[in-house]
Amino acid sequence: MSATDLGVVGKEVPGRGEPPRDQRLVRRRNPWRWLPIAPATVLLLLFLAGPIAYCAYIAFTDMQLTGQASASFVGFDNFTKAFGDENFRNSVVLTLVFTLISSILGQNTLGLTLASLMARSTKAIRSITGAVVICAWVLPEIVAGFLLYTFFSKEGTLNEILAWLHLPSQNWLFTLPIMAVSFANVWRGTAFSMLVYSAALSEIPKEVTESAEVDGAGPWKRLWHITLPMIRRSIGTNLMLNTLQTLSVFGLIWAMTRGGPGNRSQTLPIFMYDQAFNKSLIGYGTAVALLLLVVGALFSVVYLRLMREEV
Amino acid sequence: MAAISGTPGTTKAVTGAGPRQRPARTGPTLSRSSRQRLAADLGLLVVLGAFMLPLVWLVFASVDTDPSMKVAPPSGLTTENFSRVLTDEITFTPMLNSLLLCGSATLMTVTAAALAAYPLSRYKARFSRPYLLTILFSTCLPITAVMVPVYGLFVQVNLIDTMHGTSFFLATSQLPFAVWLMKNFMDGVPIALEEAAWTDGASWFQALTKVILPLMGPGFSVVTIYSFIHMWGNFFVPFMLIISPEQLPASVSIFTFFGNLGSIAFGELAAFSILYSTPVLLLYILIAKRLGGGFTLSGAVKG
Repeated sequence: MSATDLGVVGKEVPGRGEPPRDQRLVRRRNPWRWLPIAPATVLLLLFLAGPIAYCAYIAFTDMQLTGQASASFVGFDNFTKAFGDENFRNSVVLTLVFTLISSILGQNTLGLTLASLMARSTKAIRSITGAVVICAWVLPEIVAGFLLYTFFSKEGTLNEILAWLHLPSQNWLFTLPIMAVSFANVWRGTAFSMLVYSAALSEIPKEVTESAEVDGAGPWKRLWHITLPMIRRSIGTNLMLNTLQTLSVFGLIWAMTRGGPGNRSQTLPIFMYDQAFNKSLIGYGTAVALLLLVVGALFSVVYLRLMREEV
Repeated sequence: MAAISGTPGTTKAVTGAGPRQRPARTGPTLSRSSRQRLAADLGLLVVLGAFMLPLVWLVFASVDTDPSMKVAPPSGLTTENFSRVLTDEITFTPMLNSLLLCGSATLMTVTAAALAAYPLSRYKARFSRPYLLTILFSTCLPITAVMVPVYGLFVQVNLIDTMHGTSFFLATSQLPFAVWLMKNFMDGVPIALEEAAWTDGASWFQALTKVILPLMGPGFSVVTIYSFIHMWGNFFVPFMLIISPEQLPASVSIFTFFGNLGSIAFGELAAFSILYSTPVLLLYILIAKRLGGGFTLSGAVKG
C-alpha cells in the first residue's frame, strides 16, 4: 500500500511556517548537525530510490524469471509490445473504470455527502456512522476483500437483499467483476474522504452559510456557490490522493477475483504481477510498472503544486 | 418539501451535537433545522446500514454453527470456529510473524523519522526545502508498482524470503510519510523550551529525547500507531518478498489456509479475520481522538 494517506495534525500544531528560531542554533554552522537525517536518507536511497532506478533499467530489458544472466537490453520493445497487447489495453480501460467509479465518483462524492450530513445530524447517529465507516477502512485489506467477496457472491447478502426487493439477482463476481471490486473499494476507502471533508467543512465560517440562508439561497445554491468554492483545495488534494491510492490497489482485487474471471477485473497492478510471475516476463511486467510509476509521479507533482506553501 | 415540523421541544433535547450545529433559534427556523436534522439522520442511517452489512456478516459467521455467505442470525451459537483456528499453524505463528515484521519495521520507521525530523524542523539550510519536497513527493508514489523490481533486486542481493529484508522495505515504504508527519508535530513544539537544555550544555540528542519527544508524545504515538496499522494490513509486500510458509505474516497466511475459494470454511475464516483485525482496531481507537480533532491531510489540506 502506498503511503499516500492522511496526515494528522493536532489543533495546536500550526504545520505551517517556521518555528521561531534560536539565534545561537543558526550561528553554529556545523555540517555535523545534519547527521540525524542520515539514517532516513540511507534507507530511502537503498530501498526506494534504488528499486525505482532498477525498475527504470529492467523495463528496457527482456529479463525473465528464469535465469537472471540472460537479460539483454531491448530498448523500447516492452512498451511497443504493451501498446499492441490486447490484454494491456484491457487493463488500462479497467483501471480507468475502477478509478473513476471507486475513487472519483464513489469515495469522493460519498465522503463529501457523509461529511455534510454529519454536520447536521444528531450526535449519536453521527458517531456510530463515523465509527462503522472508519472500521471498514482500518480493517486489513485482505479481510475487507474476503468480506466483500462473500457480500457480492452468488449466495451472498447482496443477492438476498435484491431477492427480497423482487429485483433480479445475479452472480456479480462473474457478470460484473469490475463493478464489484469498485464498490468494494468504495466501502473500504470512503472514510478517508469523509475525514478530509469533515475537517474542511468545519473550517467554513458559519456566518457565511447563515447569511446566504437568510438571503434565501436554497441548499443546492449554497452548495454550488459557497461550500464547493470554499473547500476547493481540499477537493483537489483529496481527489489526487484517492486516485493515487486507487491506482495501486492490489490485495483487495486479488482477494475478491484474482483479476478474473478471465481478465475482466485485471487492473494494471494485477496485470503487472500476472505478466511478471505467471508468464515469467519480468522485463515486460516491469515496463508496465514503470508506466504506473510515471503516472503516479505526474499526479504527485500536481499534488506538490497544491501543497506548495505548506513546505 | 414535506412539512415535518418537529415540535420545538424535541430540537433542544437532541442538541447534544458538536460545535458545528447551528444554535436552535426561535420561530419557523426551528422547525426547519429539525427537519434538516431528520433528513440528515435518515441519510446517514441508510449509509450506515449498507456499510454495516459485511461487518455484521463477519461477527455472525464467526459464532455460527453452520455459517453461509449471507448475513443471517446464527442458526446455533458456537465457539468452535475460534477454537479450531487457535492453533500454532493457523493463528499463533503468522500473528507472531506479523508482530516481528511490523514491530521491527515500525521501530525503524519512527526512529529514522524522529531523527530526520529534528534538523528539518530546527535548522535552516538551503537544501531542507527540496529535501522536504522530495519526501512529500515520495509519499504519493504507488509502492505497488515497484514491487516487481524490488523482488528482482532482493533476489540478486539475497534478501528475498528474509524477515529483516522485508521489514527494511516495509519501514522505508512508510518512512516518507512518517518524516513528514513527525516534522509537522515537531514544528509545534516551541523552540524556547529547548533553549534551557542548550544553555545547560545538552547535546542535540539530549534535546531531542529529553525535551522534544516527551512534549510531542501524542504526535509521536500517532505516527507510531499509524505506521504499525498500515504495515499490519499490508498484503502485497510480504506476499512478494516472503516465500517460506513458516515465515509468512497473517495477511498472507490467511490466503494459504483459505486460499482455494472453492471450499472455504466460512466460520473459521471469519473467526480468524476477527482475531487478525482486532489489534489494529484497538490501536486505532487509541489514536482516534487525535485523528478526529483538528485532523488535516499531511498537516496540509486547507479548504
